[in-house]
Amino acid sequence: MLSRVADSLYWMSRYLERAEHTARLIDVDLQLRLDQSPEAGAGRSLRLLEASQVPVPEDGELDAASLTQVLTLDRTNPSSILSCVAAARENLRQVREQCSSEMWEQLNRLYLQVNSTTAGEAWLLHSYIFFRAVREGAHLFQGVTDSTMSHGEGWQYIQLGRFVERTDELARLIGTHFGRLPHPLDQAVESEEYLEWVGLLKSCAAFEAYCKTYTAEIRPLRVAEFLLLNPEFPHSVRFSVDRVHDALVAIGELTERKAEQPVRLAGRLCATLSFSQIEEIMASGAGAYVQSVRYQCAQAHTAIQQVYFDYAVEAALVA
Amino acid sequence: MSPPEPLSLFRPPFRNYQFDAAYDEMFASPGVPREHYKALFQTLLELPPEELRKSQQAADLSFLHQGITFTVYGNDEGTERVFPNDLLPRIIPNVEWRKIESGLTQRIAALNLFLEDIYHHGRILADGVVPRELVYSCRHFRREMRGLNVPRGIYVSICGTDLVRLPDGSFAVLEDNLRVPSGVSYMLANRKVLKKVFPTMFGDYGVCPVDHYAQALLATLRALAPANSTARHEPKVVLLTPGVFNSAYFEHTFLAQQMGIELVEGRDLLVHDNIVYMRTTAGLRRVDVIYRRVDDDFLDPLCFRRDSSLGVPGLFNAYRAGNVVLANAIGTGVADDKALYAYVPAIIRYYLGEDPILANVQTYLLNDRSQRSYVLEHLDELVVKAVGESGGYGMLIGPHSSEEDREDFRRRIEAEPRNYIAQPTLSLSRAPCFLEGEVQARHVDLRPYILYGENVTLVPGGLTRVALRRGSLVVNSSQGGGSKDTWVLRA
Repeated sequence: MLSRVADSLYWMSRYLERAEHTARLIDVDLQLRLDQSPEAGAGRSLRLLEASQVPVPEDGELDAASLTQVLTLDRTNPSSILSCVAAARENLRQVREQCSSEMWEQLNRLYLQVNSTTAGEAWLLHSYIFFRAVREGAHLFQGVTDSTMSHGEGWQYIQLGRFVERTDELARLIGTHFGRLPHPLDQAVESEEYLEWVGLLKSCAAFEAYCKTYTAEIRPLRVAEFLLLNPEFPHSVRFSVDRVHDALVAIGELTERKAEQPVRLAGRLCATLSFSQIEEIMASGAGAYVQSVRYQCAQAHTAIQQVYFDYAVEAALVA
Repeated sequence: MSPPEPLSLFRPPFRNYQFDAAYDEMFASPGVPREHYKALFQTLLELPPEELRKSQQAADLSFLHQGITFTVYGNDEGTERVFPNDLLPRIIPNVEWRKIESGLTQRIAALNLFLEDIYHHGRILADGVVPRELVYSCRHFRREMRGLNVPRGIYVSICGTDLVRLPDGSFAVLEDNLRVPSGVSYMLANRKVLKKVFPTMFGDYGVCPVDHYAQALLATLRALAPANSTARHEPKVVLLTPGVFNSAYFEHTFLAQQMGIELVEGRDLLVHDNIVYMRTTAGLRRVDVIYRRVDDDFLDPLCFRRDSSLGVPGLFNAYRAGNVVLANAIGTGVADDKALYAYVPAIIRYYLGEDPILANVQTYLLNDRSQRSYVLEHLDELVVKAVGESGGYGMLIGPHSSEEDREDFRRRIEAEPRNYIAQPTLSLSRAPCFLEGEVQARHVDLRPYILYGENVTLVPGGLTRVALRRGSLVVNSSQGGGSKDTWVLRA
């Protein structure tokens, strides 16, 4: 597979994952506001911006409408849903002969839909319809991808992109959340606090799965354990890192490259997560732990770039 | 027996169908359809226009979703546009097609012999059949190609020739596209849509299939592979595109996908020791045949335009060394120069000793003094074209031009007569189109696609281009043209 093509598939997948994640974040945020005091809502909005890596506006104006606008349809914000879907489509457009026609049509349709959405539709009356459409569009794309594309090298880059992005996003979200909300870790939370923790779980599509594992009693320690270390839930850090590792092993075999660096880095991260105890993590601070996860994930990303996408020609000629 | 009353003409959807001097593809005379159009005519009379309108909308949407779009240059917002497709098929009887087929086969054979000759001994120039200065003054003549032997002696292996039907019903060649002809993906996309819209009629008509084009193209490209590559492994064929901003990018991806070959950009390729490699995730891989959709000028910055970032440095040397094959070859543009076009009948006679099967359109060469003065006196009747341009750019259509336009062209012609030719304003044939909820006549041309590898292959039909604006004679997509499916009948 051409390096450029692999690169585009990888980034396409990352952008789409980011769009889906952002849609879920805002949707949950808007829902929670209805039940909360304005102050609590403003605090969460700040965290939302931080988790999305969008600079806080200087005048501090953070009403729900402008927040939504920045994160959904603002083309000047590279992390807005519209920018991400457009970037995903542009990447796929450059390699569309490598994906199935169904995949391209699905992503193109999603783009046309998001691109034709007006600010009014993304806000208030129809907001939940819009966010659901983005999430469903992304899910549909994944389903179409899995059932129409060969699960060969190209598919593995799509997996890789999705889970590298997901690892980073989850880690960032967990970091901002635990950094700002001091609370006795192993006690059930109540009222306003309860909403915040449920919000975090819902932002990771994890509320129902959490309840099945731990019942509806929300304890920060359990939330952290579930989102960081659960090996079965698709929006946990551990699950995502495992998939990154799987994809890298598969790519290594398919390309017959003697390139151990990316696999080694991902493998080390997998091992860290599978042997960590949540009590130990929390004792030394969740913030530091997710910071280290993000750093190792970034290292793996760099190694992937160097081995598969952007290697030195001289070295390749000798080989 | 009295002729049938053309009653149907006054019925919808034909109420506004107009006739003029042009040949009408559907009607032999007002209200009387030609034999091969009868079934379509009947269907249109019976089908509620609402049905057709719905089908048209569904087709447009499907084109948009598939991203079957082209890029309009010089237009910032929304550079992607759907290529308009008309639902009514253009039908060609088998006997007419066979003549087109043999005419185009003859033409591509002669043009290839001509290219081989002028890049080697130049017999035709020495014999004075084609003027030397016409060839050497052509912008697309590449002296770098002198003495280079291309595989099988084939310079042009992919060709799209524009045909028009004259008022007497005969087909004539308007121009040859021997460099990087485009549009074949629309031919295939139109067919896919029409099979959905008119399944019964399509079946009843017995239409020759076109779906095997991609396979035929791949076979053609493989037939050109360098001899030393077949011994080593299966020849590696790739399609070289200028990239996502090119107006025909959709087509490049489509063809690469249909053929199952890699779509590469210049930055994916590199040349080392005169061997072309592509950069893959598994390391470097050797490339044998490049179906290039990049113009000569941009192929190799070391050899042609230095500012090109679309090409591959060193590609031309690898090509000369015989380690890689380019299709089409470099320098084929000299044979589709619009001034050289006038000599194609003579070229056919010279190399094949046969009379041309398809006629040329009368062409005035403006570096000839007497022809030039005639043309300058009759600018308001003629069409003037720049010899090296394509896509409908750089044209003056006399009868539709203003005094200013004509003055402008007069000055340009006097400054560079070699750069222009003139032709009579042709009355292109007209075919029924579904527009504004009814059937209207519009001017059309026909671009069949010719492949030349082990032998010459034509997929029956081609792209029928339509001048969608009422009265317009320009069918190019960049100038408000559209296209429709072309049905060549089996019998």
